[in-house]
Amino acid sequence: MIEEFISTYGEYLFWTLLHIFVILGVLLVSVAYLTYFERKVMAAMQRRHGPMTVGPFGLLQPLADGLKLLTKETILPTKANKPVFIIAPMLTFFLAIVAWAVIPVDENWVLANINVGILYLFAISSLGVYGIIMAGWASNSRYAFLGGLRSASQMVSYEVSMGLVIVTVLLCVGSLNLQEVVMAERSFLMNILLFPMMIVFLISILAETNRAPFDLPEGESELTGGFMVEYSAMTFALFFLGEYANMILMSAMTVILFMGGWLAPFGISGEWIDWVPGIVWFALKVSAVLFFFIWARASFPRYRYDQLMRLGWKVFLPFTLVWVLVVSGALIATNSLP
Amino acid sequence: MSDSFLIEYLPILIFFVIAGGAAIAAVAMSYMVGQQNPDPEKNSQYECGFEAFAESRSKFDVKFYLVAILFIIFDLEIAFLFPWAIVLGDIGMFGFWSMVLFLGILTVGFVYEWKKGALDWE
Repeated sequence: MIEEFISTYGEYLFWTLLHIFVILGVLLVSVAYLTYFERKVMAAMQRRHGPMTVGPFGLLQPLADGLKLLTKETILPTKANKPVFIIAPMLTFFLAIVAWAVIPVDENWVLANINVGILYLFAISSLGVYGIIMAGWASNSRYAFLGGLRSASQMVSYEVSMGLVIVTVLLCVGSLNLQEVVMAERSFLMNILLFPMMIVFLISILAETNRAPFDLPEGESELTGGFMVEYSAMTFALFFLGEYANMILMSAMTVILFMGGWLAPFGISGEWIDWVPGIVWFALKVSAVLFFFIWARASFPRYRYDQLMRLGWKVFLPFTLVWVLVVSGALIATNSLP
Repeated sequence: MSDSFLIEYLPILIFFVIAGGAAIAAVAMSYMVGQQNPDPEKNSQYECGFEAFAESRSKFDVKFYLVAILFIIFDLEIAFLFPWAIVLGDIGMFGFWSMVLFLGILTVGFVYEWKKGALDWE
């Protein structure tokens, strides 16, 4: 019975598992070195050195941090609702990882090539708010509660404009499959129409991942860490990993929706450049968007909460809503719908 | 047909199991590796070193509810827009004007909310 199962599904299962572990491994290493990258870039922008002590150029710093967090004490506050308190960071981490199942990193290089990839991504990233609101509520601490509330309303506010931005891209490509989104031919008109949407999307992903200048849920100077304030050791590390994995995920989404995924940038081609594998372009483009995340953090002071909500509801929402009609109208008028 | 359609989702299911396992394993491992040394003061809720002034389960601003309700309306609208955006080429002008009408009705509500001050945070 078991032998029969293995002979029928063994090979499929083996390759799937291998693929999953490769994704997990690369993702975790990327997250670890994203923290290093962030600290080094921030340091360079502020004319400091950044991590220097652990390993050459401080390259082993992320490992040291991970080990430290692993061996710390897991604190379970007496008043906390313990099951929810423990599940919240796990959920955040889980959701930040499983979204990668549908991200195509190169042509035909994707774990699950489902035909509603964008909907899957949108659904998983919407669920992310649960981890945070569960953490904020279950901690039974006022800072955590306020941080969780703020974070929840901030994330849902910007999700609306993100959804509308995705709709404008769908109008241009006519498919929900992520590979087809990348491969779809885009006319000059489409690129012009989508450019402002890319700007809106880039700003929205800053708010969606609770990054500076929209990092009010954490707001060190007023909430001392927001929804994470009661967490320690691995439960804290999972939030941290989840946040950074989400940053990489949102960058990958930007690259897939607006920057041509694994294709060479600006449509360059020729013998001198064609040998570069698609995954290299993909990684470079994702790194460029991640650099934008860090650049924004180093450059801008934190928004006030009312400014944040005004930007989301009174600027982005009307603008994207009108733009959906502009894009669809322009595509119908020029008869260039896919 | 339906089988081959569903089989595309099998890797995602396996991924779910592994990612969930990884999350549980990480917390469990840290719990076992790290020295646990609980203490009533350490386990009390954090309020910058003070005794907690009030219960955390208390009143909070109704604005947060308003945002959540607005979100449901607009997210549903987006859920309608997704399939519309995909098939717009097939449904043509009729589909376009139906959606303009639908968005127009929503915009009336949106303008009302704006004028009522539901979007202001003061």
